[in-house]
Amino acid sequence: MYNTRMIEIGVGFFVALGLAALFLLAMKVSNLSEYGDQHKGYHLFARFQNIGSLKVRSPVKMAGVTIGRVSRISLDDENYEAVVEMRIQPKYNKLPDDSIASIYTAGLLGEQYIALEAGGSPDFLKDGDEIEITQSALVLEELIGRFFMKAGDKASDPADQ
Amino acid sequence: MLGVLQRLGHTTLSGFAKLGRANIFMLQVLSGSLEILIRPRLLIQQMYVVGVLSILLIGLSGFFVGMVLGLQGYNVLSDFGAEESLGVMIAASLVRELGPVVTALLFSGRAGSALTAEIGLMKTTEQLSGMEMMAVDPLRRVIAPRFYAGFFSMPLLAALFSFIGIYGGYFVGVGLLGVDEGAFWSQMQAAIDFREDIVNGVIKSLVFGIIVTWIAVFEGYDAIPTSEGVSRATTRSVVYSAFAVLGSDFILTALMFGE
Repeated sequence: MYNTRMIEIGVGFFVALGLAALFLLAMKVSNLSEYGDQHKGYHLFARFQNIGSLKVRSPVKMAGVTIGRVSRISLDDENYEAVVEMRIQPKYNKLPDDSIASIYTAGLLGEQYIALEAGGSPDFLKDGDEIEITQSALVLEELIGRFFMKAGDKASDPADQ
Repeated sequence: MLGVLQRLGHTTLSGFAKLGRANIFMLQVLSGSLEILIRPRLLIQQMYVVGVLSILLIGLSGFFVGMVLGLQGYNVLSDFGAEESLGVMIAASLVRELGPVVTALLFSGRAGSALTAEIGLMKTTEQLSGMEMMAVDPLRRVIAPRFYAGFFSMPLLAALFSFIGIYGGYFVGVGLLGVDEGAFWSQMQAAIDFREDIVNGVIKSLVFGIIVTWIAVFEGYDAIPTSEGVSRATTRSVVYSAFAVLGSDFILTALMFGE
């Protein structure tokens, strides 16, 4: 029917092609290339009044560069604050211990991330340290609500006078 | 009135009987799996027929599907000023859905129908009974290699489809429409998760591979041994495969991405 050797070469080619496609999908299309670093690095904690829609695996950035990811989010039910655990890549081990953590949104509708702003302290953050100064996520509904309250106050003021 | 009831009962019973035959058949094929290890050449030959000869069809279809996704996605996304998300859209839809599903549908048309017709014709010309007379189990010798060939080929073909599709979208989006190349890849990498998207896509294609080849070989084996029976079995093989793939895709998607 067919030449056996040609068939085997064809099947070998097919399997290699399929596996290469799978490998390239994993490396080029997905975030697998970051997976190796996932269990390395050190932990930092931060407390926020409100984390908005921050999720596990959201990026932690400093000066726009991704230096780590959020590894766990939990609620402290005594102070009613969100406790965010981040894993920072080991090569970034010179973050001043008075750095500020804020939650920002990438673009108007993008995902939320934690932005670290370096402080001026000579001491560095170590594994398990907590970032003291934090700024919560901006919740759009709250902002709009506040805006309308102000607008309402202004409108009613002249009527009173 | 009774006639209608009887026909309904007959349809139900024969449906269940067929389902039972399909399951017993599958168990027998699986219990004959060792034959693959003893005679790997049988599997390789079937991989050639089922997999290698499908590469061209799968690759071309993937390329065109990716290009269409690029064009359509660009039209919609540019309304929101989000052309850079084109890569995410193309990759997510290909890896999660279109890759496994379209490959399975094409595969059932290209390879599944051929399997059904081949096995059905073997049955009609009494080659299968001939094998049994020679104490060769046709389930092990004929069916098992074909089943495993489909099972192994499907995920490889689906990966190929998705990969070529993404390059088709890249060709249209970045090459022709001028989306920024860096944003195309970097947003894709940021949004597509290995475990969530790629592994789930591979699991889907494995399940579809089992379903499509199972239906194809069973319909051939269960065909009425006449020329009309074989032609009907071939039609049923493609139709049932399409239903089963689309139905199970909904269930799998609900389980995987439904949260």
